[in-house]
Amino acid sequence: MAMQDKTTDIAPVVQTAGMPALHKAIFAVMLAALIALPFFVYPVFAMKVMCFALFAAAFNLLLGFGGLLSFGHAAYFGGASYVAAHAAKVWGLTPELSVLCGAAAAGVLGLAIGSLAIRRQGIYFAMVTLAFAQMVYFVALQAEFTGGEDGIQSVPRGDLFGLIPLADNIALYFFVLVVTFGGILMLYRIVHSPFGQVLKAIRENEPRAISLGYDVNRYKLIVFTLSATMAGLAGATKSQVFQLASLTDVHWSMSGEVVLMTLLGGMGTIFGPLVGAAMIVTMQNYLATFGAWVTVIQGVIFVIGVLVFREGIIGVLSRWLKRPL
Amino acid sequence: MFELLGVPPQVLLGQLLLGLINGSFYAVLSLGLAVIFGLLNIINFAHGALYMAGAFVAWMLLHYLGIGYWPALFLAPLIVGAFGIVLERTMLSRLYHLDHLYGLLLTFGLALIIQGLFRNYYGISGLPYQIPDLLSGGHNLGFMFLPNYRAWVVAASVLVCFGTWFMIEKTRLGAYLRAATENPVLVGAFGVNVPLMIMLTYGFGVALAGFAGVLAAPIYSVNPTMGEQLIIVVFAVVVIGGMGSIMGAIVTGYMLGIIEGLTRVFYPEGSAVVIFVIMAIVLMIKPEGLFGRPA
Repeated sequence: MAMQDKTTDIAPVVQTAGMPALHKAIFAVMLAALIALPFFVYPVFAMKVMCFALFAAAFNLLLGFGGLLSFGHAAYFGGASYVAAHAAKVWGLTPELSVLCGAAAAGVLGLAIGSLAIRRQGIYFAMVTLAFAQMVYFVALQAEFTGGEDGIQSVPRGDLFGLIPLADNIALYFFVLVVTFGGILMLYRIVHSPFGQVLKAIRENEPRAISLGYDVNRYKLIVFTLSATMAGLAGATKSQVFQLASLTDVHWSMSGEVVLMTLLGGMGTIFGPLVGAAMIVTMQNYLATFGAWVTVIQGVIFVIGVLVFREGIIGVLSRWLKRPL
Repeated sequence: MFELLGVPPQVLLGQLLLGLINGSFYAVLSLGLAVIFGLLNIINFAHGALYMAGAFVAWMLLHYLGIGYWPALFLAPLIVGAFGIVLERTMLSRLYHLDHLYGLLLTFGLALIIQGLFRNYYGISGLPYQIPDLLSGGHNLGFMFLPNYRAWVVAASVLVCFGTWFMIEKTRLGAYLRAATENPVLVGAFGVNVPLMIMLTYGFGVALAGFAGVLAAPIYSVNPTMGEQLIIVVFAVVVIGGMGSIMGAIVTGYMLGIIEGLTRVFYPEGSAVVIFVIMAIVLMIKPEGLFGRPA
């Protein structure tokens, strides 16, 4: 109860009213570009970028704003894609319900793993999340419904609300656009809410946040669950796009990839993860012929990012413009 | 077959031995991680890749230079350790003033590079490495057959673990190390060259991983992914044991290897996840780990 009061006390001081004009403009341009995009590039590629942008944004909520490095986010992304694929294929649910099922499952999983992981801090936290994600990977590999090495293939795209068929790529594109863009706006809202401000306070100085009376662990658990749910939303949507849920999405290299996207774009910025995701997905798409060299290139980007480019692209841009992006 | 008492002793003891061998690798690798973590405060994500590199260096020494197992057992850790020192000097040393997470991310990137390079040049199919003549064959103990090489792996790892523990806990050098983990500035003020010590510690920890790689080469086929499967289990071992003590890393490593082996006898489907289940239980009961100090 006392905590609730403090939250509302603090909010007006640190929070600006509404969305800054600059952010509004960027979101508007982004939306306009995304509406036009499928007529210029291959829609499936564009959908993949959007799914990963949402995934990275969800991850960034935890790392960039909560200061918690989860190294196991593939568990929620991939886990949700399995659940959504199963819901669509075996239960015959409509696309929107399948996606919601996936996201909900990821949320429950996030709540369970998060409640254990937040008992440790820093690098231990990272290792615990990684180890649990590995457990999810083994389940995906061995459980009956996941199809083992084959994954769940030829997932039907179904009809949106039972009415609008999504078999056409353009129709599906706009469904994905609504889901991912909506998800990103929701994450924006969370970051700029009083809850988001408390998160930043915990990230900056945890002992101080505790001494101010915040139940830090509760905040951490909530943000972990939210992040897992949104990551699940992204993964579930991806399984609809590719009509496939596979081990790739639950493997720990996927957890590494989302860290890379966030690091490259800029941790703790709003637009960084989106840019990072777009860059990495584009890179993988065009360098696919190089085979394992892609891994090496990603490793090099990681190393350079950590050594000389910690702010990321949008972080640097934001510093130049002297405006938070 | 899977009843509690209906297991033939050969199966039980065979899996126990297998578990003990896996445990040896867990122990040596988590020991290396613990040593590095103690002084550098960095979780060396590249540890698995460097373990794999150790196995590959042994293989390369044999195939390109004709250098056999026994010299490789010393040369490969030296080479991998020297490589580690280069990494520490050129990259890791720039991160000490930053959040620990950056060390994790950097070493993760390094792991991707090392694994990717080996995969490009050697594929993923795995290369055979012969058991040295001296250790081929085995002994029939009456109740089971004990391959000599496997007995040697367990003995060698116990020896290395004990040696490292002795060095850190009982010698003057170890005392400096332990002091430097508590307060590097003060230890430096006493005239100890702390940066040099940090560099050598990383080199030593990495050399331990390389040593484990050479030990593993004749048992598992030498392939670029051998480290990536192991490292996550080792991380779980580290969480369970707690990083507070060297002893914790060693004991937990062997113990979990054995538990994993036993699970393979009684409930094979669970053997891949049992360590993670134990980790979850330990986190619930004693979050700082079995041997760790409360944070």
